[in-house]
Amino acid sequence: MKFLLFFSRRLLHSIFVLLGLSILVFFIARVMPGDPARMALGPRAPETVVEKFREELHLDKPVYVQYYYWLRGAIRGDFGRSLFTKRRVSDDIREFFPATLELMVFTGIIMSVAGIFLGVASARYANKWPDNVVRVISYLGVCTPAFVFAILFLLVFGYILNLLPTIGRLSPWIDRPAQITGFITIDSLIAGNFTAFWDGLKHLIMPGIALSLGPMAQEARITRSSMTENLQRDFIALERSQAIPERVIMSKYLMRISIIPTVSVLGLDFASQLGWAFLVELIFNWPGLSRYGINVMLHKDLNAIVAVIMVIGLLFLIVNIVVDIVVAGLDPRIRLGAERSK
Amino acid sequence: MAKVLLDIRDLHVRFNVYGGSLKVLNGVNLLMYEGEKVGLVGETGCGKTTTAKSILKILPVPPAKITKGHILFKDRDILKMGEREIRNLHAQEISMIFQDPTAALNPVFTIGDQLMEAIKYSSVHDGLSKREIYRRAIQSLQDVALPDPARILECYPVQLSGGMRQRICIAMALATRSQLLIADEPTTSLDVTIQDQVLRLLGVLVQEKETSTILITHSLGIVREWTQRVYVMYAGNMVETAHTDDLFERPLHPYTQGLLKAVPKLTGEGIAKGIEGRIPDYLNPPKGCRFHPRCPKVMAMCSKERPDFFVRGNNHLVSCFLYKE
Amino acid sequence: MHPELALRWEKIKKSWYKFSKNPLSIIGASIVLVIFCIAVFAPLLAPYPEHAGSFVNFEDASQPPSLTYLFGTDVFGRDIMSRIFFGFRFSLTMGVVVITLAAPVGITLGLIAGYMKGSFVDTLIMRLTDIFVAVPPLVLALAVCSILKPSVFNAMMAVSLMWWPWYCRMVYGISSSIKNEFFVQAAEVTGSGKGHIIFREILPNCYGPIFTKISLDMGWVILIGSALSFVGLGAQPPTPDLGTMVADGGKYMPDQWWIAVFPAFAIMFIVLGFNLLGDGIRDMLEVEEV
Repeated sequence: MKFLLFFSRRLLHSIFVLLGLSILVFFIARVMPGDPARMALGPRAPETVVEKFREELHLDKPVYVQYYYWLRGAIRGDFGRSLFTKRRVSDDIREFFPATLELMVFTGIIMSVAGIFLGVASARYANKWPDNVVRVISYLGVCTPAFVFAILFLLVFGYILNLLPTIGRLSPWIDRPAQITGFITIDSLIAGNFTAFWDGLKHLIMPGIALSLGPMAQEARITRSSMTENLQRDFIALERSQAIPERVIMSKYLMRISIIPTVSVLGLDFASQLGWAFLVELIFNWPGLSRYGINVMLHKDLNAIVAVIMVIGLLFLIVNIVVDIVVAGLDPRIRLGAERSK
Repeated sequence: MAKVLLDIRDLHVRFNVYGGSLKVLNGVNLLMYEGEKVGLVGETGCGKTTTAKSILKILPVPPAKITKGHILFKDRDILKMGEREIRNLHAQEISMIFQDPTAALNPVFTIGDQLMEAIKYSSVHDGLSKREIYRRAIQSLQDVALPDPARILECYPVQLSGGMRQRICIAMALATRSQLLIADEPTTSLDVTIQDQVLRLLGVLVQEKETSTILITHSLGIVREWTQRVYVMYAGNMVETAHTDDLFERPLHPYTQGLLKAVPKLTGEGIAKGIEGRIPDYLNPPKGCRFHPRCPKVMAMCSKERPDFFVRGNNHLVSCFLYKE
Repeated sequence: MHPELALRWEKIKKSWYKFSKNPLSIIGASIVLVIFCIAVFAPLLAPYPEHAGSFVNFEDASQPPSLTYLFGTDVFGRDIMSRIFFGFRFSLTMGVVVITLAAPVGITLGLIAGYMKGSFVDTLIMRLTDIFVAVPPLVLALAVCSILKPSVFNAMMAVSLMWWPWYCRMVYGISSSIKNEFFVQAAEVTGSGKGHIIFREILPNCYGPIFTKISLDMGWVILIGSALSFVGLGAQPPTPDLGTMVADGGKYMPDQWWIAVFPAFAIMFIVLGFNLLGDGIRDMLEVEEV
């Protein structure tokens, strides 16, 4: 019951934030100097055509009216027409979003699993050489932007060693499996097409790992410090004095509490990687929402820009809510904080 | 003739920290017989908790190191025992209550989880069924006068008050039916009104189960009411030990005398007087008797050697050159 | 010396001692110092200062690293190393400008919102920051930059615009938890004005986290700035900006790898330095996790 309350409050808050975001971006976009209609149609289009187009886009009306039309459309999923691709923006998004989602899911899995694993290993061998190695590498990982990793990987694994493909999601000679989820990896597994699966995976490796290294390092550091801190706590000492076997203490009692800070940060890290994905997708020519986003931004395609931001904002919000739910599930202090009976 | 339960001989412990090593315990001696209620009193930071954790061998060993000494529990040296032996020892024979009950309970597991796990591993030889363990858990909560034990087992520590948490820790310590209980400042973090209740409860339980207890505290008042014999500790050394009444009537060591003077009284002089100076720096502790820089009765030899224990009555020993023959 | 000043001086000396004991902090501080010196004295230190502008020398174009050109040359024959030195200027300027704009605004709003917690002002300010943090910072920066004309100035404005909410939130957390402390109530009772309370009582408690954040932020702002230039939304050619250089060099991978790789390492170097420095400051001032 409490949970439902918490959830609905968050939902409401998120909707409000999304609305606010849309207003912000919309107004900034409309404030821009220049004439979108003219830019879309090009300098040679006759004035009458541009005038008509301007009317279609409601550009002659006051800004808040324009926003109203936009909002009305957006609720129905219609973000207007892209001035760049000339298609409906919602179609563009539907085409490009799964690619980014697949990349981000891949990145997310690697960064959490590897990050936690490294953090645990680091804590276990605290102050011995594995720990020190991991700490140094983690530090460098945190300091290096994803696009630098991307370029380095491209150079080393793509060109010099020629191990991994450097462009796109699938090699051109392989047929794309039937679209069910939009994820090449999952779709090919469903279709039983292992060549496609393997090929898709190979394409995911470089961009995915480039994106995951930064947060992975961050997760490792947080996990390590959380574990070493908790190891000093009295409840661990008490559990030891109660003759609970060490491996039970480590895997059960230490783990659950130490992982909480890591999970909390996962949401934020995931979000920041959504930002870097814009560059990485560009570098690897990944046909995703971020590359589309960069392109529309460079072409000042207002409808598309606003739509891309809204989608990313929505994704971010959902991830945050999920993370909050997981953390509340792990940590009773947060769940039950209100119920304190002093 | 009562049997010796615990015999700590010349225990030295040091902590390796960034700037050097802290010589925290500098030759601690403590003797305890079966069935006793012994107090260990001293200022914050004098090494009481370190001593307790050494007995249980739950010191964080990378920074800490036991460099010398013996801890004999029923004639077996704990410090020489292997991992497995120590585990069994802990499970069956020694348990501890920590100072801060909130820190002693794992916040993300229910009370039931933790209590039943403790019972399970302490009686692993008895081969108890889950039901039996549950029953014992309920029983132990009832022993500490907690209402509605079944509900409490389902609760998380965050949902309970400080007093309740401490009672749970006591229940955990006593559910394992150990012979030796070390209670490290069990009431310090509680409200004054609750302190009394909890101490009384502890006294009753310890009596019932015939558990020998070491009560660690910095409060002389508690020591006077609760213990039979006392050890006074300063900066990693035992400085005096006696029967409780004896100590209060005839404090011999200048430090003990200073402590007693520092307690405000309703009768007599009234105004309390503190002890000059501060506790020593453990990185570079004073040579000889560690109290000598602050001692109002200091002599030349005090800065050269550490004094032995000199006997001054029935079980009354004092580590001070003033009493050298 | 005035007693209060003497106390402050003691504190500063102690903090410096703590700072200097940690080798990583010293390394960080040194790196930052080196970067600043290079940026300020670029015309003197760079081997070929004229290469930083529009310069062409097709004879020496695309030379790999050698003794004449330590980091090699790009397709226009410009010395990469000199351009990196001048590139530091833009990076640092960006960092300084953005933080100078974003921090005061964010801190002030955070202080006000925290002190007036529960009021309409609080809700207004915090909801506003919520909107800004709903999207990854880079995305918002890209979007805003793309709408404006691409230039270094506009990039700085855009990044400042989306940077202030982070300061606001951090200070809000501290401010709202402190406002019920006794010393604040004491100030209120003795009739101190709100301005005095906010800036003379609450603010000093935030110094630690603020300085740590500023130091760490320098690295991140420079990073975001280089990301913007990478995409072409920040500095424009022929300005030597690290991000632009990486982007340009990307086209010539893998053969002329040095054109992109050295600027990329330069970026890492900057971020590393500020991160180490920031961590050192955090340890020195014993700030909890920001």
